[in-house]
Amino acid sequence: MKIVVCIKQVPDTTEIKINPVTGTLIRDGVPSIMNPDDKGGLEVALQLKDQFGAHVTVITMGPPQAEAILREAMAMGADRAILLTDRKFAGADTLATSNALAGALRVIEHDLVITGRQAIDGDTAQVGPQIAEHLHTPMISYVAGVEFDGKDKLTVKKEDEDGYQMLEVHTPALLTVLASAFKPRYMTVKGILDAYDAKEIEIWNVDKIDVDEAKLGLNGSPTRVKKSFTKPQKVAGEVFDVTPEEAVDLIVAKLKEKFII
Amino acid sequence: MDFSLSKKEQLFLQMIREFAVNEVKPLAAEVDEQEKFPIETVKKLGKLGVMGIPIPVQYGGQGGTNQMYSMAVEELSRVCATTGVIVSAHTSLCMAPILEHGTEEQKMKYLPKLASGEWIGAFGLTEPNAGTDAAMQQTTAVDAGDKWIINGSKIFITNASEASVFIVMAMTDKSKGTKGISAFIVEKGFKGFSIGKKEMKMGIRGSATCELIFENCEVPKENLLGELGKGFKIAMMTLDGGRIGIASQALGIAQGAMDETVKYTKERKQFGKAIAKFQNTQFQMADLETKVQAARLLVRSASYKKDMHIPYSADAAMAKLFAAETAMEVTTKAVQFHGGYGYTREYPVERMMRDAKITEIYEGTSEVQRMVIAAKLFA
Repeated sequence: MKIVVCIKQVPDTTEIKINPVTGTLIRDGVPSIMNPDDKGGLEVALQLKDQFGAHVTVITMGPPQAEAILREAMAMGADRAILLTDRKFAGADTLATSNALAGALRVIEHDLVITGRQAIDGDTAQVGPQIAEHLHTPMISYVAGVEFDGKDKLTVKKEDEDGYQMLEVHTPALLTVLASAFKPRYMTVKGILDAYDAKEIEIWNVDKIDVDEAKLGLNGSPTRVKKSFTKPQKVAGEVFDVTPEEAVDLIVAKLKEKFII
Repeated sequence: MDFSLSKKEQLFLQMIREFAVNEVKPLAAEVDEQEKFPIETVKKLGKLGVMGIPIPVQYGGQGGTNQMYSMAVEELSRVCATTGVIVSAHTSLCMAPILEHGTEEQKMKYLPKLASGEWIGAFGLTEPNAGTDAAMQQTTAVDAGDKWIINGSKIFITNASEASVFIVMAMTDKSKGTKGISAFIVEKGFKGFSIGKKEMKMGIRGSATCELIFENCEVPKENLLGELGKGFKIAMMTLDGGRIGIASQALGIAQGAMDETVKYTKERKQFGKAIAKFQNTQFQMADLETKVQAARLLVRSASYKKDMHIPYSADAAMAKLFAAETAMEVTTKAVQFHGGYGYTREYPVERMMRDAKITEIYEGTSEVQRMVIAAKLFA
């Protein structure tokens, strides 16, 4: 089985602070991390490697510094790493990004593609499903469990708002994975040393992939950011430590005070 | 001169930090209160390769650097000093002397199982009457033809009740003084070898510190480590390396106390503002931060020299002396910044203060470090 996991380098949003004067995000010095849902997806692939000897390739589209998450993925156990980097990819929205990744996937032999559900910087959850569309591959999103029959069938637990669906799909297929369902393994010392000393990252530009260049980068992006702003921060609420009976009176009084009832 | 960590070291730091915060920190209070050896953590560390970082790949290790090993002890100790010293004693005091002085057969027999964490290692030099004056060894080893017979006892032995392999110093020829001391590899289960009483300690309470008892203990001939009569030299060289481990542990404890104190002083309000806003807090914390960073540079420099095979004995002594005294100062002040809360077990700084004290004592007291530094200075 050959698996390709698409991963993204994102700013660690738990570390992001807001400039109180301008109200904008302070990105300076914010560490970059592997997107958590993507790391969950890598864990799924590595579990299939443990159980069935799958070969795991990780791929990311990004600037040269995105190699850090590829090394991390190899230190966790990925076999092969590809960095898609080219000025022609710059300014891509989700559609242009999915076109670039699909272009690469056309030239990488695979049975299964795994992406994270969504990235914590953009929160669109669009790139995975779009890749499946470009490749004409069946896709299951919001994946919280995967079982493989060892041949060509996957039984997949898909999470929705009220519960789960159990679905079957034949490979080749694409899954978008939830971080909450798969605790990623730690890197190993040997994995870290091999990621730098024994393995290479393949650097691919546009010429290496099978895609219409008009569909890439800014030119291939139908969406434009019109405006971005920071939501005003909520003020701290009041906390009352009272009995349930007192709470009822208190809530009614507060609602009346604000003319809600 | 490059002070930055390589990308490889940065990735390693990320890995060991994630492990320390997720797996070690939640157990630290329990390990301390119940004097519990964190065996599950050690098994996990073994699987990840942390129990054999600087051991070459051909002996089952990871082929990493002493710098990485030092960073591992620092990051583990930052959240749990017990876990830090388990790794330090295992690596520096047991595996290192086998690697540096052992025969090929000894290395192949012992290092793979130690480096994988399947076996835990320990080291026995100190005796009831031979502490800083380590040359006063009363444990004896007698040549009985096909084996060595060891009699005597060792005290304050880290990892003792959990270890499978012990490096033990014993007198083979009393008339030759320190040159009559030899080193042996003793396995748990050797006839006549047993573990004695477990110490009740102020700090690092989970580290299984016990007495070793040798009653006509039979040690195979081939378990002499290094040459006959070279045991004292082997012990001193081993402690040079061990001091990098303990300096890293002290540094980790100090950093851990800084982390807690920065967090607490930002949250704790008195007189209408966070106590971190008071200049007294800021100036004292600035001084402590400077000392912690200075300690880190000494530790990194000693580790670097060991990796580069540059003599590092005095460097390790300086790193340990300064890091240990910094740990004691930082943790004492951390408790002070926490006030009454800091004196309770609700906050980890009181444990850190108790843990810090041992770093000024074991693997050579601070006074011994000054002797080592002065010996080089006035050589």
